[in-house]
Amino acid sequence: MRSQLSIKRIQNACAHAFLILVGLFFLLPFIWMVSTSLKPDNELFLWPPKWIPGLLVWSNYPDSVNYVPFFNYLRNTLTISGLATLGVLFACPLVAYGIARIPWKGSKPLFALTLIVMMLPYQVTMIPIFILFKNFGWVGTSIPLWLPAFFGAPFYIFLLRQFFMGLPKELEDAARIDGASELRIYWGIMLPLCKPALLTIALFQFMGSWTDYQGPLIYLSDESKYTIMLGLQAFKTQHGAEWQMLMAASVLVTLPIIILYFIVQRSFIQGITFSGIK
Amino acid sequence: MVKPKKTRFERKMALYGVIFTLPWILGLLLFHAYPLIMSIYYSFTSYSILDPGEWVGLENYQTLFQDHVFWVSIYNTLYFTVFFVPISIVFGVGLALILNLKIRGQGFYRTMFFMPSLVPPIATTIIWLWLLNPQFGLVNHWLEQIGLQGPAWLGSEYWSKPSVILMSLWGVGQSIVIYLAGLQDIPQDYYDAADVDGANIIQRLKHITLPLLTPVIFFNLIMGTIGALQNFVLPYTLTNGQGTPANSMMFYVMYLYTNGFGYLKMGYASAMAWILFLIVVILTALIFISQKRWVYYQGKD
Repeated sequence: MRSQLSIKRIQNACAHAFLILVGLFFLLPFIWMVSTSLKPDNELFLWPPKWIPGLLVWSNYPDSVNYVPFFNYLRNTLTISGLATLGVLFACPLVAYGIARIPWKGSKPLFALTLIVMMLPYQVTMIPIFILFKNFGWVGTSIPLWLPAFFGAPFYIFLLRQFFMGLPKELEDAARIDGASELRIYWGIMLPLCKPALLTIALFQFMGSWTDYQGPLIYLSDESKYTIMLGLQAFKTQHGAEWQMLMAASVLVTLPIIILYFIVQRSFIQGITFSGIK
Repeated sequence: MVKPKKTRFERKMALYGVIFTLPWILGLLLFHAYPLIMSIYYSFTSYSILDPGEWVGLENYQTLFQDHVFWVSIYNTLYFTVFFVPISIVFGVGLALILNLKIRGQGFYRTMFFMPSLVPPIATTIIWLWLLNPQFGLVNHWLEQIGLQGPAWLGSEYWSKPSVILMSLWGVGQSIVIYLAGLQDIPQDYYDAADVDGANIIQRLKHITLPLLTPVIFFNLIMGTIGALQNFVLPYTLTNGQGTPANSMMFYVMYLYTNGFGYLKMGYASAMAWILFLIVVILTALIFISQKRWVYYQGKD
């Protein structure tokens, strides 16, 4: 018994040592980002590198924001992220409900198509969709970046469908007997029940739009319409060696996501595990 | 008397089925089916934004097969996929296994591993460009401390792709969370039974844990492979779209983008898109076929 206990203890110590070692790989770049973002420019190229800046230059942050029209980029990004999130919140639960809970012939083939589309690379349809939007005269505006969300996104439909499938069938049967209309059952009973799943997809979509680079790169050319990610990349190209500014900007674009993560950590983790396991 | 009533219910349900799924039916037609078909059509034309183009038959495909950069981009993309996907699976599963040892501070470690996957790709490239800077970067400084001469990383033809793999591994946290949840789904009964039989750690790992984790690994293998073949943002922003040095960072989708939106050769780029589609379909099919040999589903023998 005693030797078993000490074996367990050694095993745990080894595990901690290993986790800390690997943890450094994940953590140090973070710390280095924050540390660099607070350095005066004459400490950037010191050899050996300095972990704690001799002087904390907080002004790097307002400076990097003032370097570019940051708040303009922020407004553009928030508009796109907000509308796209609204779009998936409107369309995806509606469609998922129609697939999972309405007994009709189309639900199975539609679900199969959803799964297939989920694996379809974005780039395969990228060019025809671009030409389509071009014909509408929407290239150069942010419309192509949020409008498709109102027609549903395969991954979220899949996620919500799995969620709806897990609810007991008696719910709508009872409501139907009571004479409630289908829309009422959906809006009044089902939708409130899937709030946690809705929060998850809202979070994923918001983050997806916030960090998206390829979409804005294709559709936006006018600098006044740039998103934060396009702006950051342009900033990087123009001021390649001003690492303290670049790091301050990087911290600023990462921070909102990390804060969001800590606020809704549970639905976040649930969403990710749900997507991978069920 | 009962029958017509039932069909009325069925008809009503069919109507509601269509109403509820209408956005997605339109979305499928407008943003998936139509573009998929048009992309075949465009691949047989010389379409560019400025010029409606004309039918050129198989010319785009013939030119592609003689295009040196096309083959380089296939090589780079496969190189990345073949190394990154298996390494990320081994790395992710390994860390999840250790985290699952019910050690103290599990939540803390999990957050630590997960955080980098929240960093936007552009910020990731900025951080790593600085860390891997050949002269002033932290990584080469450490290598020097242990007596090694660090490579030029992103400036080197041979080290640029390993650098991208390293950066991508930094963001592997999401899959750790998925594996960890998969591990926690394994019923304790199996382990209790193994204890009774006197199985040691290795045996438990080999005969219980890993087999029962294979469905999750399978899922990550498919999604990871599809994602890796589409690798774009990291190499594009690291090299400002140039794919330097010596095209060693010219990935498939980057070349597709460059042709379509840089040179405005949209017909040519559509041909590339279709070849990518075929590659994805074939690889996914191969993985699906292979699952009979190695994926174990609970409740099935």
